[in-house]
Amino acid sequence: MHIMIPRPTWYAWKVWRRNWDVFFKTYRVNFLPPFVEPVLYLLAIGYGLGIFVGEIEGIPYVHYIAPALLAISMMNSSFFECTYSSFVRMYYQKTFDAMISTPLSIEDVIAGELLWGATRSLIYATAMLVVLVAFGVVSLPSSLLVIPFSFLAGLLFSGIAMCFTAITPGIDTLNYPAFLFITPMFLFSGTFFPLSVLPEALQVFAIGVLPLAQVVTVTRSLTLATPLPFFFYSLAWIASCATVFFFLSIYLMKKRLVV
Amino acid sequence: MVGKNKGAGHLSFTRKKVDFTERVLFRVNNPSITRKGLPVKPIIEGRGLRKEFGTLKAVDGITFSVMPGEVFGFLGPNGAGKTTTMKMIECVAPATSGILTVFGLDVNRDPRRIKRWLGVVPQETNLDPDFTTLENLLVYARYFGIPAAEARQRSEELLSFVQLSEKRDVPIEKLSGGMKRRLILARALVNSPRLLVLDEPTIGLDPQARHLMWEKLKTLQAAGNTIVLTTHYLEEAERLCNRLVIMDHGKILVEGAPGDLVRQYAGEDVIEADYTPRVVRCLEEIGARFEVHGDMVQVFSDRPKEVATRLLSDCNPGRVFVRRGSLEDVFLSLTGRALRD
Ligand SMILES: Nc1ncnc2c1ncn2[C@@H]1O[C@H](COP(=O)(O)OP(=O)(O)OP(=O)(O)O)[C@@H](O)[C@H]1O
Ligand SMILES: [Mg+2]
Repeated sequence: MHIMIPRPTWYAWKVWRRNWDVFFKTYRVNFLPPFVEPVLYLLAIGYGLGIFVGEIEGIPYVHYIAPALLAISMMNSSFFECTYSSFVRMYYQKTFDAMISTPLSIEDVIAGELLWGATRSLIYATAMLVVLVAFGVVSLPSSLLVIPFSFLAGLLFSGIAMCFTAITPGIDTLNYPAFLFITPMFLFSGTFFPLSVLPEALQVFAIGVLPLAQVVTVTRSLTLATPLPFFFYSLAWIASCATVFFFLSIYLMKKRLVV
Repeated sequence: MVGKNKGAGHLSFTRKKVDFTERVLFRVNNPSITRKGLPVKPIIEGRGLRKEFGTLKAVDGITFSVMPGEVFGFLGPNGAGKTTTMKMIECVAPATSGILTVFGLDVNRDPRRIKRWLGVVPQETNLDPDFTTLENLLVYARYFGIPAAEARQRSEELLSFVQLSEKRDVPIEKLSGGMKRRLILARALVNSPRLLVLDEPTIGLDPQARHLMWEKLKTLQAAGNTIVLTTHYLEEAERLCNRLVIMDHGKILVEGAPGDLVRQYAGEDVIEADYTPRVVRCLEEIGARFEVHGDMVQVFSDRPKEVATRLLSDCNPGRVFVRRGSLEDVFLSLTGRALRD
């Protein structure tokens, strides 16, 4: 089969803008989680559990998990946006159908959704960063680089999510990637304990292919202001996979929707 | 072919830079002749158009053309292929084979330019539930790149055009079905389209709203728009369409002006009588064309008085009605009475 590289255009920003408008219509609901969640985790895990843990690799436990909380938030905000929310817009609300009757192409629509998913990651990571700075658990100014980075990380998770959305038969089957992919990644990506305690095979697997492990590595390097091993590897991994999944998800969505 | 005859206004779609706001050029009353007497290029032209879903032939080689300024109808039973045809015209579903041009542009090569000048009312309502009535129009206008101030003014005008100004700040879910339909019409007009593609625009409307819709469509036609529509209301098609096709199983069965089709396939008048063996014998003797439907016989004849008199005097028919032939007679006699699954 002849595979066409999708070519989204700047029209994608009109789709992005639609989602942005909806987000800020309900901003009160949307803004609560990024402020409340890190506080709860910091208190319960960072300070509570931290008493028993003390330090990991010479770093106080709260400082150790702060970047992980950022990374998880980037993942969740973009992944769930481009799975459940995009699916609802596509399948139930027929929003995409309405859009493609205008000069927008399906490539533009999906690209707009992906850019929006990335933007959500940026918004949530930024909000959370404010809280973490207030608690004094991240270093400045290097932590500010988390803001642009969260967009890239969000784009990665949006692309992966959109691939699932493109192939899922219904909204219920989206639970599979949520539970079998996101949840394990949440636990085994060097988030709450270092990868080095895992069996070697799992370590190689995590650092080799788990997207969240890469994002945690980069974020932790930024908030601790010291490049960890694999920093550049992880950054390159994220950039190239974000690109691949961006185009792949558009291609798969086009295949699903243009019949 | 395309590109010659630059004098004729509608051809300007083939030029790179054109003044699309010169709507006057589209005011062509006679579908096939311009004011200068030159032959006019169709707004839509389909030749051997086919659409398959796996082994199912949803549209099976149809050829038709829609002229500037006319209201053109697609009729047919459920599953005939009307919506599929509309979607191909809207450049959202690619044809399996055949040629389809809109404004003289190929739907596969220039979808963006075509869609810029298209107003679409889909069969399935797809308003954006995350926004209010007015916001739906504003957001849609943005997809067309219409500047915000202009979009706002136009949206307000359109809301009053479809009599929804009172509902401007109401969320979509609080509108009735008929209101949603009217809002979709307003949305289809937000980009000042040249061509309207309306898939069952009056579905689910009450008689008042339907009359309002008809009136609006007439206004739009008078303003020079070309309109393509599908409908299951045959009286509506008779009223609105300059020309129409009746489709079944993906094929076009007939094409023509509603009046001509009625004359040709149903006759000016239709006689209905109770179905008795005696009546049938009489009709066979006269040599009249008739169909039996349940307990009624329908007779198509251009000599209705003669037939009715004969029935009354010789055949003891019980009841006899003479009424004008309608598009419904044409439709049912061409597509049969069996229900479609
Ligand atoms: N996406 C699709 N996949 C598979 N088959 C389809 C698809 N869309 C339509 N069909 C089939 O194509 C045929 C024509 O459908 P279409 O929607 O064009 O009919 P229609 O004339 O609009 O009918 P109605 O009056 O019920 O709206 C039907 O048999 C339908 O089942
Ligand atoms: Mg239909």
